[in-house]
Amino acid sequence: MNGVEITKAVTVKEESFSKRLKKDFSINKYIYLMALPMIIYFILFSYIPMYGIIIAFKDFSPRLGILGSKWVGFKHFYNFFKSIYFGRTFKNTALISIYSLLWGFPAPIILALLINEVRINKFKKAVQTITYLPHFISLVVICGLIIDFTATDGLLNVILSKFGVTPVNWLTKPEWFRTIYISSGIWQSMGWDSIIYLAALTNINPSLYEAAMIDGASRWQQLIHITLPSIAPTIVIMLILNIGGLMSVGYEKIILLYNPLTYTTSDVISSYVYRKGILGANYSFSTAVGLIESAIGFTLVYFANKFSKKISEISLW
Amino acid sequence: MVYKKSVSEKTFDVVNFIFLSILVIVCAYPLYYVLMCSLSDPYQLMKHKGILLKPLGFTLNGYKLVFKNPSIRTGFFNTLFYVTVGTFVNMLLTAMSAYVISRKNLMWHKFLMIMITIPMFFSGGLIPFYLQVQRLGLINTRWALIFPSALSIWNLIILRTAFNSVPESLIESAKLDGANDFTILFKIIIPLSKATLAVIALFYAVGHWNSWFNAMIFLRDRDKFPLQLILREILISNETREMMNNLPRTSAQFIQAEAYKTLIKYCTIIVSTLPIVCVYPFIQKYFVKGVMLGSTKE
Repeated sequence: MNGVEITKAVTVKEESFSKRLKKDFSINKYIYLMALPMIIYFILFSYIPMYGIIIAFKDFSPRLGILGSKWVGFKHFYNFFKSIYFGRTFKNTALISIYSLLWGFPAPIILALLINEVRINKFKKAVQTITYLPHFISLVVICGLIIDFTATDGLLNVILSKFGVTPVNWLTKPEWFRTIYISSGIWQSMGWDSIIYLAALTNINPSLYEAAMIDGASRWQQLIHITLPSIAPTIVIMLILNIGGLMSVGYEKIILLYNPLTYTTSDVISSYVYRKGILGANYSFSTAVGLIESAIGFTLVYFANKFSKKISEISLW
Repeated sequence: MVYKKSVSEKTFDVVNFIFLSILVIVCAYPLYYVLMCSLSDPYQLMKHKGILLKPLGFTLNGYKLVFKNPSIRTGFFNTLFYVTVGTFVNMLLTAMSAYVISRKNLMWHKFLMIMITIPMFFSGGLIPFYLQVQRLGLINTRWALIFPSALSIWNLIILRTAFNSVPESLIESAKLDGANDFTILFKIIIPLSKATLAVIALFYAVGHWNSWFNAMIFLRDRDKFPLQLILREILISNETREMMNNLPRTSAQFIQAEAYKTLIKYCTIIVSTLPIVCVYPFIQKYFVKGVMLGSTKE
């Protein structure tokens, strides 16, 4: 691959840049024509919104436009840091995402390992098919089910009351919001997320296990010394990706599940942005709040990647 | 190899079997429960609490009401529109873009790759995105659910990987025969990448079917709402009043309204989920393939 590029570079070096550009365009004109919609898409829906971030430093009014609005510096950031919402949404976002990682990250790995140990193929297939299924159910339906099941006379309370728990409407209890949010998330995505680990597991060379068996290794020892080291790179990459997402709790599920009674634990940065920006039309302020969130997210990916590069030479880029 | 299981391994196998079986029940039961509720007699259902293994009584009245309901019907047809037109636009754009970035001898290759990579890590965020859609005049048009989500970078990369596996010699010889890039893409590469194209078409279609947030922030008129948004009103905001033709007056009517409200809730869940659940077992392996494709770098 590299060799080809080098020779190409040498042969075309004599021509001037503009000549090469012209030649490239005439040879590949149809390809550039095909690239046009993609370029327009990215400009319209990725790059102009990125440019739109500058309204975080302005007092944006739709009438004046982005350029015409007045600069206000860090006023909106300052206002956010000063308000009670900063501490609350920051804490909620951090706690929800840390607990999600803590409980949600190992779950698909354990599931994949357990599925991998199943020797009956039909049962294996059935487990996989059914655990993947919740991934495809829409969030609206999932949240509708959660609301229905956790209601005072819902299924969950009927089951719990057999163990002597007094029925309550769980979604009105701030102390239970995180548990509901995270456990339903694990329920929905555990199966689907296990696919990637199952793929890594099937790529392990079977001769390793045969050799281990001849040496008298038990299944537990095989797990510790063969299976886990073999899928470690996959685990590390998934961990980096997950750490990058640490401070970004999506608003979709939050705004379907929360209500003013649980705001103390359920209101996260992104749902606050949604309320302030879309519902309240405080465009500049909410853009500033959103920018803080994505800045934290990007820093986290960067450092997680750097750290992993250092200790294991596995990296995203 | 003949290999004898020890006692501890046998117990592990049994425990594992039981654990996974419980997990399967936990994953599948909620939907099964909803299905049983949707087929039950509404009055018995209202009195009943707890686990259901078969419908209480049997009636399809809930479904009749659901299909008669104008909001749900228009929602359903709107969703069909968003799924078909949206997926078509997605596929056209993704296929062309994937072809472009799979041609490595372009002088602008690197520039295009950078253009695609940056949005994977940075985005303007919700509000600038919303304002941009507004500025383009897409608010309260059906196109607001088509164009802003016309391309997924993840799917683009999956498809690029598939296109890269088409032998270069095939493309070269087609070029020598005078084929242009459109012919190469549509006549050679696309027929050879059918499996992957099917996978990402399914990813896109399910995405459109389940999406509701963009519809909620971009659309104002109820006659453009997709099914998921109608569903949200019924399930989350609990607005089923308009399902009834007349408001309850007497207490008997009130009980009737309450009973049917619950029934309709379960029926709409089934109506909106059944298409996916029915198709799902047949396409599952393609989805799984898609995840694997996405996970292989280069």
